[in-house]
Parts: sequence; C-alpha cells; structure tokens
Amino acid sequence: MESGFGSDFGGSSGGKLDPGVIMEQVKVQIAVANAQELLQRMTDKCFRKCIGKPGGSLDNSEQKCIAMCMDRYMDAWNTVSRAYNSRLQRERANM
Amino acid sequence: MESSSSSSAAGVGAVDPQLQHFMEVESQKQRFQQLVHQMTELCWEKCMDKPGPKLDSRAEACFVNCVERFIDTSQFILNRLEQTHKSKPVFSESLSD
Repeated sequence: MESGFGSDFGGSSGGKLDPGVIMEQVKVQIAVANAQELLQRMTDKCFRKCIGKPGGSLDNSEQKCIAMCMDRYMDAWNTVSRAYNSRLQRERANM
Repeated sequence: MESSSSSSAAGVGAVDPQLQHFMEVESQKQRFQQLVHQMTELCWEKCMDKPGPKLDSRAEACFVNCVERFIDTSQFILNRLEQTHKSKPVFSESLSD
C-alpha cells in the first residue's frame, strides 16, 4: 500500500499528476488516519474501563465489557460530533 | 489573476484551483474531526462511569455540556490572553525575538 502511494505521487505519467487521482488518494489516507486515531483512543479507553487486573486471558466478562465499551465510545463520538457541529452552526449564525 | 495563469503555465508551482479548493475543504474537515477525537477522549473521562447497554440520557447531556464548556474554556483563555497582552505585554520580548 505504501509503495502504491509513493509511486503514484512520483508521477508515472511524466510529471503531470491527475488531480482526480490525488484527491482519491488523499481521501483514502484521511480515512485511514481517522480510523487509526479512533482505534487507538478507543483501545486505550476500553482497556482502562474493562481490564482491572490483566489475567491469563481475556475472559468472557472482559470481552463483553469491551464490546459494550466500543459501542458506547462510538455513541459518545457521534454525540460530541453533533454537539460541536451545532455549536459551530450557532456561532456562524451569530456572526 | 485567472487570465495571467493560463493552463499552459501549469508546469512548476501552479496549483490546480480545483485541487486547492479540495485541499482546503479536506483540511478543514480534518481539523473538525481531530477536535472531535480530542473532545470525545476528554469528555469520556468526565462523563462515562461504566459503559452500559446504551448511552443514557444523563451521559448524553454530560457530553453535550462537556463540548460546550470545552469550547467556552478555549475561547475564554484566548480572550483573556488577548486582554492581558494588550494591557501588559508579558510575551512581547520573547515573541519579538
């Protein structure tokens, strides 16, 4: 995947880059970065909530807790996103 | 501006206006998303006790308030720094260096 990005940006079509291709690649890279960001923060938060004392394996109740925590984290993310968006909208209307 | 930079000059340094617009929109979207990540993490600590089968209304209200107060805090700090800077420019020396 990385070599794909690199070689395409290198300009295989003789230095002239297709804006459409660049935009597509930028979109993919942004999506990947956002997914990684979410995964990292979610793992951190749910580990803290669900793993009290790390045992010999991820037991059943811990797995249930993690699954629930993931869903609630997504709910929280969406709630925050909506709240921030409506705040921005209100401030724009007041300008 | 448009007449001077014709498409034939698109060799060095010229930026496709469509691409430029795309980048501006995307980076704005990215700043939004980044702040959502940051506030979700912060407010999770303040509002989440034990994750239950659904996000209850109390937690949801807490998240909304948390976002509002975070932005208020950020604006308050910015305003206050601006005011103290006007009356007593503490940072002027280090900034002008």
